[in-house]
Amino acid sequence: MGERLLEVDDLSVHFATEDGVVRAVDGVSFELARGDVLGIVGESGSGKSVTAMTLMGLTRGVNSIFGGRIVYKGKDLLNISEREFQDYRGAEIGMIFQDPMTSLNPVYRIGDQIVEAIRTHDSVDRRTARKRAVELLRQVGIPNPETRVDDYPHQFSGGMRQRAMIAMALSCSPDILIADEPTTALDVTIQAQIIELISRLKDDFNSAVILITHDLGVVADIADEILVMYAGRVVEQAAKRELFYNPQHPYTWGLLGSIPRLDGPRPERLHSIKGSPPSLINAPAGCKFRARCPHAFGKCTEEPRLENHVEAADHLDRCWLDVDYKRAQRDLTISGGHTEAA
Amino acid sequence: MLAFLVRRTIGALLVCAAVTFIVFLIFIVVPGGGPHGTAERIAGKNATTQNVINIEHEWGFDRPFYIQYWRLMNKMFNGTLVSYTSQQNVLSQIVDGIPATFSLTIGAGLIWLFFGIVVGVISALTAGRLSDRIITVLALIGISMPVFWLGLVARYYLAEGGLMTFFPDGEYVPLTQNPASWFAHLILPWLVLAVLFIGFYGRVLRGNILDTVNEDFVRTAKAKGLTPRRILLKHVLRTSLIPIVTLFGLDFASVLGGGAILTETVFDLHGVGEYAAQSIGNFDLPPIMGVTMYGAFFIVGFSVLVDLFYAYLDPRIRPT
Repeated sequence: MGERLLEVDDLSVHFATEDGVVRAVDGVSFELARGDVLGIVGESGSGKSVTAMTLMGLTRGVNSIFGGRIVYKGKDLLNISEREFQDYRGAEIGMIFQDPMTSLNPVYRIGDQIVEAIRTHDSVDRRTARKRAVELLRQVGIPNPETRVDDYPHQFSGGMRQRAMIAMALSCSPDILIADEPTTALDVTIQAQIIELISRLKDDFNSAVILITHDLGVVADIADEILVMYAGRVVEQAAKRELFYNPQHPYTWGLLGSIPRLDGPRPERLHSIKGSPPSLINAPAGCKFRARCPHAFGKCTEEPRLENHVEAADHLDRCWLDVDYKRAQRDLTISGGHTEAA
Repeated sequence: MLAFLVRRTIGALLVCAAVTFIVFLIFIVVPGGGPHGTAERIAGKNATTQNVINIEHEWGFDRPFYIQYWRLMNKMFNGTLVSYTSQQNVLSQIVDGIPATFSLTIGAGLIWLFFGIVVGVISALTAGRLSDRIITVLALIGISMPVFWLGLVARYYLAEGGLMTFFPDGEYVPLTQNPASWFAHLILPWLVLAVLFIGFYGRVLRGNILDTVNEDFVRTAKAKGLTPRRILLKHVLRTSLIPIVTLFGLDFASVLGGGAILTETVFDLHGVGEYAAQSIGNFDLPPIMGVTMYGAFFIVGFSVLVDLFYAYLDPRIRPT
């Protein structure tokens, strides 16, 4: 375990809108140490991106209401001024986004955009910064970086743009790299390369990574710990092996069941979790997953706490079901057979 | 870049050629009016029968259409087009009007571009708040006021001989003759002409900025730790101004090409626009043809410049 960098404690992010308060994130807690890779998994609207953007201070605004603490190297990022936060963004915490097609400014050269990031935080002259930009592009695997540094974003392919984004995010050697669905907009062969690149650079730069995705398959390789989020809450939190081999929450089963498998008989159709996530404005009382859960019973009208129910002490989940009952049921759900059996 | 320039120039020349055909069609071929109709119209209201016959012969109206077209082009490009009403050379009249028109347009253009941007940025930054709403109302009032009315009101209240004498009333004083007087005479026309455009540009820019701030690359800029000021100036404004450049290029060229007819007439500036207005009033065809065609050339040439600048601003449309 490396030096502890980040401690998120009971974080909540609410947005006041005309329709009511959107409780985008509620009660999220985790820790991140140097060298760690934390995966945050969930579907659209689960609060995973809002969590990431809040770590970067990108959700600040007149209608945002924050709760809890985000302690980075002993400083609570929720309480510092916008001016102070500018020194953290890019320098201490770097971020790459989902769509590399739109995340780079189309009217500036790739190199100039990286140079801008470098010179925002380091007082180096333009030439030194440019050399560093070329070096970064080489590190992220751009061929001929000496000439490509002067290209515009539209002259790069999608995968190369994401590599350039990674180069930019790492340009000031941040301690934490947040990757918000970095592979969603890329095709599958490129996805694996990008994930592998992030994993390698994490070691080169000696930083920690928060990887946000809706696809458990993406975090399967590189994450150490995984947070599964649903409707703004963490429903399950465990080390990777524990989560894959001993999943405790029916929502996690659903996510695992949604990954198409090549071993075993070919299913009639791809499995999905039925229904859609609840509104974050007037969320129903009790377990938020209740309406879509095939195992819901009377007690689920009360909201369960995020607690440890199994042998591994750091494995937490938010479910009332009995552990033995779950062990009997989950394989059926994961293989997609439950709805037919019921 | 050179290939782009060549391609655009060839395109512009083709458009200019098309303009000459259209002018030829509108003024000479289409109107009709009996066997000597065209010659009679060109000769003007006070022409004698002999004048008409001479003109018909000189312009080749008794010959096939391509000869007519050829002679018209000759007159246009040799600068030998004359008004038969005033007996004055059209080209030299236009050249005489150019200093006034250029002074009016360049000054007004700078004013409306500057204040248009300022108004747009302020109302975008304070979108939804009181200042934005006030600016919106003022912009709509500015867009809605007709230039001829606003010009007369300005003269009535602010110019010499009006209620309060802040500015001299009308007329154009050449810059070379007396710079201070040139400036004083032009302030009112500049402002009156600019008001319409300020409101319009402000509204367009406000919308562009509000669209751009939601772009992903602005979020990226913020994630890099840039200051809000730098994000606005370098990332938001640069992108938002691109459509403004197009608008400005076209508006500026059309005003330069004599489009400020109303402003020039209200303030009696003796520019190209006023010349056009007088010619239209006198039903004097040769100057109308001349102003139309030269004005169109000007707009086409300017749009080439705008395209070049556009390619400079947005690398995506730059040819590779």
